[in-house]
Amino acid sequence: MNERRQLAKWLIVLGVLHGVIACAGFFAPYDPLEQDREHPYAPPMKLHLTDMQGHFHLRPFFYPFRVREGSVDQYDEDIARATPLIFFADRSAYRLLGLVPCRLHLFATSGERVFLVGTDGFGRDQLSRTLYGGQVSLLAGLLGAGITLFFGLGIGAAAGYYGGWRDEVLMRLSELFLALPWLYLLLGLRAFLPLAVSPLEAFLLIVIVIGMVGWARPARLIRGVVLSVKERDFVRAARGFGAPDGYLLLRHILPETSSVLLTQATILVPQYVLAEMTLSFLGLGVPQPLASWGNLLANLQQYSVLVSYWWMYLPAVAMVPFFLTYFGLSSALQEWATPHK
Amino acid sequence: MRNIKASSKHPWLSVSVLLVMACVAAPSLIAVPQSPVPQEDLLALSGEIGHPGGRLVISLRAEPKTLNPVLSVDAPSREVIAAMQADLVHINRATQLTEAALAESVKVSSDGLQYTVTLRRGLRFSDGQPLDADDVVFTFRVYLDENVHSPQRDLLIVGGKPITVRKLDARTLVFEFAKPYGVGERVFDGLAILPRHLLEKQYQEGKFEQIGTLSTPAIQWAGLGPFRLKEYVPGQRLVLERNPYYWKTDTKGSRLPYLDELVFLFVPSADAQVLRFQSGDTDVISGLGAENFSVLSRQKASYTLADAGPGLEYNFLFFNLNDLSGRATPDLARKQKWFREVRFRQAVSAAVDREAIVRLVYQGRGAALWGPVTPGNRRWVDAKVAHQPHSIDHARQLLREAGFKWASGPRGDSALLDADGSPVEFSILTSSSNADRMKMATLIQDDLKDLGMRVQVVPLEFRSLLDRITQTKEYDACVLGLGSFDADPNSDMNVWLSSGGTHLWNPSQAHPATPWESEIDHLMEEQLTVTSYEQRKKLYDRVQEILAEFQPMIFLASPDILVAARNSVGNFHPAVLEPYVLWNVEQLYVRNGGQNSGE
Repeated sequence: MNERRQLAKWLIVLGVLHGVIACAGFFAPYDPLEQDREHPYAPPMKLHLTDMQGHFHLRPFFYPFRVREGSVDQYDEDIARATPLIFFADRSAYRLLGLVPCRLHLFATSGERVFLVGTDGFGRDQLSRTLYGGQVSLLAGLLGAGITLFFGLGIGAAAGYYGGWRDEVLMRLSELFLALPWLYLLLGLRAFLPLAVSPLEAFLLIVIVIGMVGWARPARLIRGVVLSVKERDFVRAARGFGAPDGYLLLRHILPETSSVLLTQATILVPQYVLAEMTLSFLGLGVPQPLASWGNLLANLQQYSVLVSYWWMYLPAVAMVPFFLTYFGLSSALQEWATPHK
Repeated sequence: MRNIKASSKHPWLSVSVLLVMACVAAPSLIAVPQSPVPQEDLLALSGEIGHPGGRLVISLRAEPKTLNPVLSVDAPSREVIAAMQADLVHINRATQLTEAALAESVKVSSDGLQYTVTLRRGLRFSDGQPLDADDVVFTFRVYLDENVHSPQRDLLIVGGKPITVRKLDARTLVFEFAKPYGVGERVFDGLAILPRHLLEKQYQEGKFEQIGTLSTPAIQWAGLGPFRLKEYVPGQRLVLERNPYYWKTDTKGSRLPYLDELVFLFVPSADAQVLRFQSGDTDVISGLGAENFSVLSRQKASYTLADAGPGLEYNFLFFNLNDLSGRATPDLARKQKWFREVRFRQAVSAAVDREAIVRLVYQGRGAALWGPVTPGNRRWVDAKVAHQPHSIDHARQLLREAGFKWASGPRGDSALLDADGSPVEFSILTSSSNADRMKMATLIQDDLKDLGMRVQVVPLEFRSLLDRITQTKEYDACVLGLGSFDADPNSDMNVWLSSGGTHLWNPSQAHPATPWESEIDHLMEEQLTVTSYEQRKKLYDRVQEILAEFQPMIFLASPDILVAARNSVGNFHPAVLEPYVLWNVEQLYVRNGGQNSGE
C-alpha cells in the first residue's frame, strides 16, 4: 500500500507542475511576445508589504523601475510611485489550454508593468516567457515520448512474437538507429526544408525527429518481455485453443509490457524535453520570437548575458522540479511494479 | 562581427598596400652587402615618445587567408598586411586626410592628368634591399594585370583606361590618368609597393596567386611596413617582428616602430576574444560589441576603454528586387510586387523604430541612420536627408495609398492584405553568427506586426546567406551591414552602381532597372572625375537623397567603434577607420612597468 501512496504523491506533484504550465496564460501576467522597449534586461522587481514609512499593506506592491541616468540596463526603484498588484484581473486575451478564450490573469497591474523575474533584451517578461516556453518544451517531450513508445511497442512486439528473420531484421535496424548521430541527422534534415518554416512546422519536425530516433531502446526491452511472456502457460493455452496472433498479442502479451512501458515513459519524457532544449538552444527548434526553454537559454550563449543577467538562467531552474518529479515517479513505479516477497 | 562586416564589403575597397623592391643586379639570392646608403630621408612623427622594446598581442577573428596585399579581401588579412606594408600616399586614420608616405612629394599637373611622384631617399625593404622606381612600376603592372584579379584593379581604371606609370629616374615616377580623378592622391592609399626582387620570377611564370601564402618562409617575404614576418603557427598565431629598416622616426630621431614584436592570436569568437583580453592574454581588443563593452566597463581593472564614436559601418534591411523573369517561384513573384512598390518600402521604413535599435542592440552606443553615410563621416554626410520619425500612422497611410488593406486575422489581430487580397507575409534573413543583426531583425519583426505584416526571421550561416543573395537570389528580405575602409564615396562605388557586385538588392545589372538607379549611376560616375570637394559633395548628396526617397535599402543604425587596451599600451589613440587601434602601430609602445603579456 505504501508504494501506492508514494506513486499517488508523485503523480499529484507532477499534475500540479504540468497544470501550471498548461494554464500558462492564467499564471503569466503578460503576452510572452510583448516587448517593453523601455525596460531591456530589467532585473527581478521586489515585492513589498511595508512602505517607506513602515506602514503595512495587505496587498503586495512594487516600485516601478527608472533607467539610471546614462545607462541602458541599470535601473533604480522609483519609490514615489508604489504600484499594487491586482489579483484575478482581466487583462490581455489568451486561450486557456490553447482552446478556451479567456482574459483572466492571476495577477496584473494597472499602468506600470511588473517583472517578477526580470526581462530579456527586448523587455519581454521573463516569467511569462518561461511559462509559455514550458508549454512548447513539455509538449514536445510528451508527444515525442508517445511516438517513441508507439513505435517501440509495435516493433518490439513484432520482433519478439514472430522471431526468426523478422526479429533479425528489426533488431539489426534498431542497432543502426542506436548508432545514428541524431543531432547531425537533424541538422542535415533542416537543410532540406524550405527557408522559412512556420513555428508549427518547426515544432512538429522536432517532435517527429525526436520521437523517431529513440524507438530502438524501448523496442528491445519490449521484445525481451514479449519473448518471455509468449512462452508462459496461459499464452500457450490460449494458442492451443486456436486464438489468432492479433488476439494473443493484444489480450495476453501486450498487457504484460505495461509496467515496462510506463517506466520507459517516465524516463523518456524528461530526456526528450532535454532533447528539445538542446535543439532549440542550437537554433533548430521553434523560431524566435516564440519561447521554448531551449531558445530562452540560447540567450546565454552570449558572454555578456552569461555574466551580467543572472535571471536569464530561470528556464534552467524551472526544469529541475520537473525532472526530479519524473525520476521520483519512475522509481515509485518500479517499486510498485516489482512484487515484494 | 568583424568578420561578417568585412566579408560583406566590396572587395576593391580593401585598400592595402604593397611595396616594390628594386633589385639592381642580377637576381642572385646571395646576401646583399650593406650597400652604403648615402642618405636616408626619414619621416618624423609627432606624438608621445615611447620606449623601444616589448611586444603587443592582439587577437584576430580568423587566420588571415593571405599575406599578399594584391589579393587580400578578408579583414584579418588586411589587418596583418597593413602592419607589414606601406603605400606611396597614406590616409591618416585619425585626421582622415592624406599624408606623404613612401612618396616624399606628389605634384599634380594643372590639368589634373599627371601626377609626378618623388620617392623618399634611402628606402629599404624589410630584408634590406633598396627600393627604387622599378619596384613601383612593377607594382602597378601587377595591380593592373587582368589575370591577377586584384580587387583594387577597378580603382585604377579611370575614364575607361588604366593608369599608366613611367619611370623618370630611380626616385621619380609619372602617373598619367585618362581623365581627372576625383579622389586625387587618395588613389595611392592602400596600394602596397611590392618587392620586385622577390616576386617577379613567380609573377612571370603566371603563379602570382601562389605568392604570399601564410606558409611563406619569412626570408622570402618583405615589405616597407613597420613589421616583418617572423613566424606562423597554423591555428594559433602569427608573429611579426620589428622592421629595422623602417622609414619613420619619432621626434627625438629614434627609429620606429617601438615594439619588438607584434603577435596576432587567432581567436574565433568575439566572446572568446573578450575572455582572452580579460585574462591578460591579449593587450588590445578592437571591434567590441556594446554588450561586451559594458561588461568590461563594469569590471574595469587595468585597462582603458574607448568609444571612438560612430564608425563607417551601416546596417540596413533590403528587399529582393532582382529581375528573376520566369525563374522566380510564383510565391516570390507575388511578394516582389509589394517589394517593388516604393510606398511599401517607405512604409516599412516609417514603421521601423531606429531609436529602439540603437538603445536595445547597441546599448545607446551607436547612431540611428536614414542614409548610408554615418554621422562619423562628417565630410560626406548629407544633412538634408530627413530624419523621418518612427510613425505607424504614416506607414499605414502610405500602405493605404498603395492599395493595401487590413482584415482581421485568425487570432483577432489585424492582418495586412495586398490589392489581390493575399496576406502580406515574408521572411527576413540574417546571419546566425551576428547577434546584433539578429536582434535588429527581431525588433523589425515586432514593428511590422503593428502594420499587420507577418514576418519571420530566418538566421542563416553567413556563407549560405551570401549565396542566396548574390547567386540563387531565393530570399525575400535581408538585414545586413556594410562598412567602408575610407570615408570617401568612391569606397562605396560597387554598392551604388547598378552594375556593381555589391548592389545588394539587385546586383550586377546589365542596364539599370529603374530611372533612379540610372541617375545614381550617372552621379557616381560624375563624382569620380570632378576634382573639387564641393562639387563632389553636391553630387554625392544627391545620391543620398535619392536613396532616402526610394529606400532600396532601409538604413537602420551604425555602431560606435569600441576598443579597449591595457593601461600599459602607450600612444593608444583609436580611430573610426580600420584598423581602429593598429593604424599607428609604429608608435604604439609598452610603458615601463607594464607587463608584457604572455601567450
